[in-house]
Amino acid sequence: MNTVTPTTTGSAGGSDPGPDSRSAALADGGEPLTPVSLTVNGKPAHADVASRTLLVDLLRDQLRLTGTHVGCDTSQCGCCTVHLDGEAVKSCTMFALQAEGATITTIEGIGTPERLHPVQQAFSACHGLQCGFCTPGMVMATIALLERHPDPSDEQIREGLSGNLCRCTGYINIEAAVRAAATRT
Amino acid sequence: MYAFRYCRPHDVADAVARLRADSEAKLLAGGMTLIPSMKYRLAAPSALLDIGRLAQLQGIAEVDGRLAIGAGVRHVEVAGSRVVQERIPELAVLAGAIGDPQVRNRGTLGGALANNDPAADYPAAALALAAQVITDRRTLAADEFFVDLFTTALEPDEIVVRVSFAVPKRAGYAKFRHPASGYAMAGVFVAELDDGIRVAVTGAGPCVFRHGAAEQALAREFSTAAVADIDCPADGLNADFHAPAAYRAQLVKVMTAEAVGRALGAMTERNVAPDASSRGGIR
Repeated sequence: MNTVTPTTTGSAGGSDPGPDSRSAALADGGEPLTPVSLTVNGKPAHADVASRTLLVDLLRDQLRLTGTHVGCDTSQCGCCTVHLDGEAVKSCTMFALQAEGATITTIEGIGTPERLHPVQQAFSACHGLQCGFCTPGMVMATIALLERHPDPSDEQIREGLSGNLCRCTGYINIEAAVRAAATRT
Repeated sequence: MYAFRYCRPHDVADAVARLRADSEAKLLAGGMTLIPSMKYRLAAPSALLDIGRLAQLQGIAEVDGRLAIGAGVRHVEVAGSRVVQERIPELAVLAGAIGDPQVRNRGTLGGALANNDPAADYPAAALALAAQVITDRRTLAADEFFVDLFTTALEPDEIVVRVSFAVPKRAGYAKFRHPASGYAMAGVFVAELDDGIRVAVTGAGPCVFRHGAAEQALAREFSTAAVADIDCPADGLNADFHAPAAYRAQLVKVMTAEAVGRALGAMTERNVAPDASSRGGIR
């Protein structure tokens, strides 16, 4: 899960749409692509993107890191939360080109199924999820929250996750998971 | 969203030149409003000039007894700035209560002021703290900067470089959040400056405005009682699905008293900072 596959620039050729058929199609339609280089989960990544390619689309469609989800695509739900140079951001509300040179951490970069991150362990132990769609964003937001407030109050937990929506749990178990994670980390 | 050209101007002058060369180009700083607007096709710029990394727009410093903050400084930086916390603590609290953590990690002071969203928090602070908006070519007083709904006195090719706030003797900000969006349905910033009281209201009208009656009442006596019966005229206030104008006028009255209370150090942060207590849940 930690593997980032850099797309190779130009090797796809004119007919093969490559890993990102949408951008390639746009390129065929005359929309220029620009190379972008960044570090994703500790590994260098390079890709050619259209100006309007969102960071989340680069991560999901081109780098194949589909753990980062798109829920609302309008900056409300926080499912697309990743860390940009150590800070939580909504990757649907940022262009890939804005991340040039940045260090990105996604849900794939914090743990493995065998060795879950303590926050992932806490969400599992506390049933801090139901359908799981919001969970990658919740986990990334929680890690950032606990870096700011290692022993958060209930208000700090709620405020710290105010940029993330969950439509299943009613948040009770998510808050419990954050409290549990705070004691583990 | 429609296609556009992306470029990173190397300084403010370069960005101004590019704006001049292309009237359909737009500046991109944090992008917290612009990018969603482009997704909705409410905005379709020909080019985005990414000024998010310009060093000229960074920095927070005390200059001649005022607090100068770069236009590119993000909300999270203002909220966490030691000098802001010491000199204008209520400005740090306000910045730390904008949107949500992810938004505060990207959104900028200059972007918030230039956008002049009627429900944004920063315009209230700028107007109440007699801010001077320093652009690439001139200095605009806050009283002339905010013109109307999403409209400022900025020329199409003008760029906010930094904002200088008066350091108040005391100040308080209180807002009543819309429970779903989190935006202020009414937000009131009260400041006692060396040369008088200023009360600025956001969220309630089409554009931030000064609440003259409250200013006069507070000049006579700086207390919550002094503004308890000061009405804000409902004429011209926003009326929508969420709240009629009269309701917003009432919110202004209540938030004014709460802001005064905060300025007096008597109020909790109930209506500003960690906000969940008034919502009963995360969202």
